[in-house]
Amino acid sequence: MVVTAQRTPLHGEHVRLGAQMTNFGGWVMPLQYSSIREEHRAVREGVGLFDLSHMGELRLDDKGLGQRVISRDLTRLESGRIQYALLCNEEGGIIDDVLVYAMADGGYLLVVNAGNQDSDFDWIQTQAPSPSSLRNVGREWALLGVQGPRAVGLVQRLTKSELGGVKYYTFIEGRVADVPCVISRTGYTGEDGFELFCGNGDAVRLWRALLDEGQSDGIRPAGLGARDTLRLEAGMRLYGNDMDTSTNPLEAGLEWTVSLDKDFIGRDAVVRAREQGVSRRLVGFKMLDRSIPRHGYAVVSDGQRAGTVTSGNVAFTLGYNIGMAYVSPALAEPGSRFGIDVRGTAAPAEVVALPFYKRPHPK
Amino acid sequence: MPDLSGMRFAESHEWVRKEGDSATVGITEYAQSQLGDVIYLELPNVGQQLDAGGRLGVIESVKAASDLYSPVGGEVAEVNQELKDHPEYVNQDPYGKGWIIKLRAPKDNPKLLDQKAYDEFVKGQSS
Repeated sequence: MVVTAQRTPLHGEHVRLGAQMTNFGGWVMPLQYSSIREEHRAVREGVGLFDLSHMGELRLDDKGLGQRVISRDLTRLESGRIQYALLCNEEGGIIDDVLVYAMADGGYLLVVNAGNQDSDFDWIQTQAPSPSSLRNVGREWALLGVQGPRAVGLVQRLTKSELGGVKYYTFIEGRVADVPCVISRTGYTGEDGFELFCGNGDAVRLWRALLDEGQSDGIRPAGLGARDTLRLEAGMRLYGNDMDTSTNPLEAGLEWTVSLDKDFIGRDAVVRAREQGVSRRLVGFKMLDRSIPRHGYAVVSDGQRAGTVTSGNVAFTLGYNIGMAYVSPALAEPGSRFGIDVRGTAAPAEVVALPFYKRPHPK
Repeated sequence: MPDLSGMRFAESHEWVRKEGDSATVGITEYAQSQLGDVIYLELPNVGQQLDAGGRLGVIESVKAASDLYSPVGGEVAEVNQELKDHPEYVNQDPYGKGWIIKLRAPKDNPKLLDQKAYDEFVKGQSS
């Protein structure tokens, strides 16, 4: 079987900008345009523009089905609001992490990870009483991320909508650069900014308008490389790296995303796990030397294997190296020390509270 | 473009430039562009003996950790200490201030390529 990686409507723009492309979740995506370090810095200090069109979007019109497959209580999610939540299986394993948008028509839009969009669709479908209540609209929509301290001002200059009222984790429908968009105050970088959903046919026009208008802000297109180093500093988990079906929400430190007072798939398993106590927890750690932790490296303590690194890299903004790892609960408190096996040497590391980085200028 | 005519290249993408009884080693422009942002180098100690094609150290970019190999045999005379605080020099100037080590009494390695042959080799790699 030949699986051809899909291209986003902005593929030609990336090639024209000289991006290095990579395969991610079944899509050909820009890894970097010039330098991950410089793109990372642009997002922390000015504004960066991301093509996120690989993300999946599912329309779910059955509220009862939503309540059953989504880990959080959606009954209080008012129209125009967004929640971060999980899809779990019966064993409490995490199938995906998603953003749930409460649409004006009473339905939900689920924004799901690129590589999971078909399996999420199939999973929800198997739980559905009628197939018509779920649609995969991801391949009709493009998604652009505008992130950084100058992002809100930039998008505001391109729209008549009043963005001051669009608080964190809310959205409106409007026009940006005359392109009809869902304007969502969300992101995966630890910075303020927007994610803009538009039709595939409008994506190039919106992309170019943002790059053009953003010149005075020092805008840079930013690839998946910077997206990963930015989200790690912000302590945000990456599905497939930091959690998957073998981890439950308690282990992943996501108990705040499960509403145990409602019935959803996986709830009973999570309740049981809470009663029994978990055997490992996801923690953030910083390296005490210059070594770089990587996904899959062993955590060692007293000469014994004590866990596994799930994400790790340089923290450009902080000036040291950081990671996340599953470790035994005894090692999970901030201040705990352990080693990371880097090519046979136990490099010293210390548990720190997440997030590693918090932006200095709140909304 | 720096003058590379005096350099020899390994298929593992290191360069070496002999100057009298000493040789300077670094990685090529192609290698740095493939690695992306270099963030850390694990380098040998001064005095250590290296074999041609033997492991010299590790170079880490944001993307991955990769082994470095010594294009020629010899004794490590100096490591570029600047790279500790400025690993990005390897990206910015791989043939200049991004040099990695200097070797004393380097031995010849007939397997190395000249610039033209290396350029051809890289073309074959990227197509």
